[in-house]
Amino acid sequence: MALLTKKDTKLILDPLADNNPITIQVLGICSALAITAELKASIVMALSVLFVMGLGNVVISLMRNIIPSKIRIIVQLVVVAALVIIVDQVLKAFAYELSKTLAVFVGLIITNCIIMGRFEAFALGNGVWRSFLDGIGNAAGYGIILVIVGFFRELLGSGTLLGFPVLGNPIEKTGLYSIGYENNGFMLLSPMALIVVGLLIWVQRSRNKALIEEN
Amino acid sequence: MSNKRLTFKKRLHILKHQFRDKKLAPAFNAFHTFLYSPDETTHSGGHIRGADDLKRTMNTVIMALIPILLFSMFNAGYQYYSAINGFPENFSVWNDFITWDNFWIGIIKVLPLVVVSYGVGLLVEFIFAVIKGHEVEEGYLVTGMLVPLIVPIDTPLWMLAVAVVFGVVIGKEVFGGTGMNILNPALTIRAFLFFAYPTWMSGDKVWVYQGMERAGTPDAISGETILGYLAQNNASEFSYSVSDMFFGFIPGSVGETSAFLILLGGLFLVFSKIASWRIMVSAVLGALAMGLIFNGVVDAGIITETSSFYGLMSFDFWKHLIVGGLAFGIVYMATDPVTGSQTNRGKWIYGFLIGFISVMIRVFNPAYPEGVFLAILLMNVFAPTIDHYVLKGNISRRMKRFKNAVIIPKDTDSKEAAVKVETI
Repeated sequence: MALLTKKDTKLILDPLADNNPITIQVLGICSALAITAELKASIVMALSVLFVMGLGNVVISLMRNIIPSKIRIIVQLVVVAALVIIVDQVLKAFAYELSKTLAVFVGLIITNCIIMGRFEAFALGNGVWRSFLDGIGNAAGYGIILVIVGFFRELLGSGTLLGFPVLGNPIEKTGLYSIGYENNGFMLLSPMALIVVGLLIWVQRSRNKALIEEN
Repeated sequence: MSNKRLTFKKRLHILKHQFRDKKLAPAFNAFHTFLYSPDETTHSGGHIRGADDLKRTMNTVIMALIPILLFSMFNAGYQYYSAINGFPENFSVWNDFITWDNFWIGIIKVLPLVVVSYGVGLLVEFIFAVIKGHEVEEGYLVTGMLVPLIVPIDTPLWMLAVAVVFGVVIGKEVFGGTGMNILNPALTIRAFLFFAYPTWMSGDKVWVYQGMERAGTPDAISGETILGYLAQNNASEFSYSVSDMFFGFIPGSVGETSAFLILLGGLFLVFSKIASWRIMVSAVLGALAMGLIFNGVVDAGIITETSSFYGLMSFDFWKHLIVGGLAFGIVYMATDPVTGSQTNRGKWIYGFLIGFISVMIRVFNPAYPEGVFLAILLMNVFAPTIDHYVLKGNISRRMKRFKNAVIIPKDTDSKEAAVKVETI
């Protein structure tokens, strides 16, 4: 038996494109706008959500038959809060500067709609392995958008990628800056992140017309 | 028939027919109808034939902008030479202002802005028309002329090009094109420039040609705007007289300086019934009201000279109308029929708030000495809400009147009855 059946692969690949949590379901927008000014922060945020979601889905799926349905939201919150605290402490211990950049948004992973949504919609009704794949898939779908947005915002806003000056030095006027190029300060502001996400949604839906909602 | 005998119009017509049903059809269509009235007539239904289609409307606004463009080209040179040589004594318009030297600066600095604005903007419009398969929309004709007039003269051309692409795509095309946009595209372009490249859009170096290049060198020139001086509480440092401010011999964005020509353009637009006089009048009233409030606060002694707001708050309330971009914004931006309020009562509210908020932003936010573009964009967003409540108010008022209507029999023999409406 193969490790991943066709159905399992679908669980991972679907949220990456045609059922993306950000561009299709429009969930988890807040953090996508707030921390994507730098590519590094976007990647770390994506990995944090990947950890919380993969593990959280497994835990909830394991407990799905013993959680009384009346208090299931509280149980889910406790699970996700415990995982987020682990992520937060690890970041503070090993990447202190970065944890200051991400600031409150690591803590706010708890309230990320995608996570609660997957717990409710998937982990409570499916087996452990499938829940794990679903969690990984959705977190990856979230992460890929974060990385794309972070890539463009850092490149156009600061002229760097992961902190490396790829377009030249704006103060000494080397590289692109020597011919008069300037960084686009608007890219570093959150409204521009919303516009970039909007453009991604536009591109995705014009490539696949089936995604366009009827109204 | 040889091709030589054909008029230009006929050739365009033939070209248009050759490209019918092809992808590029909208592009040729646009050229044809831009220059001439189309030959085709509709074959069904009743239609009113009017010469005042959207293209003529747009052309009227452009006509109102031409004097301002010419003035701004002279002013570009005048400000430049005044910054180098000092302001001329015994200033005379013919000797010091309308000169070839001044005009030449305008040609090399202002004209490229116009060309880039139109070139890039119309290119985007054509691309969208071809992709979507509809006719090229006329909306950019006015926007393209407004944009060079509301940016500082030293704006690099590539920045303008980037901003125009952004403004046309995000400000207009994503909403469905001309007539569907929520925000004024020209102001969207300016807002983009302002937030993206703040150093090129504010401060004391961008308003005069070569100001940025010379900054930090012994030849540095300063062309601070009046509002800039006031925001720093340096009211005594500028020597512009009221007539300078009114006729526009002051530094500022390319075309915003001359309140006189803007006033003439505004009258032209009102008499040709293109722009709404209600919005213009109410916006002026709003600005005056806010200015009076600030003057009153200063007179009452609440704000003293130690306050950082003193310079702008103590500025005579009516002078707000002749400095900065307020006049230009009121006449050419606030009256945009697409993004403004549609109802008459709504227009009064909409205009009043634009004037009111513009002066408020001016005074309270020294980082944005010119707040009129933000005020208009804000009110653009609220315009549909204002209209909604004006309509609802009207409906409920008429419902009330209808309930109180009394039916009086007109003639006892006939069964006709006249409805007499009594208003409360």
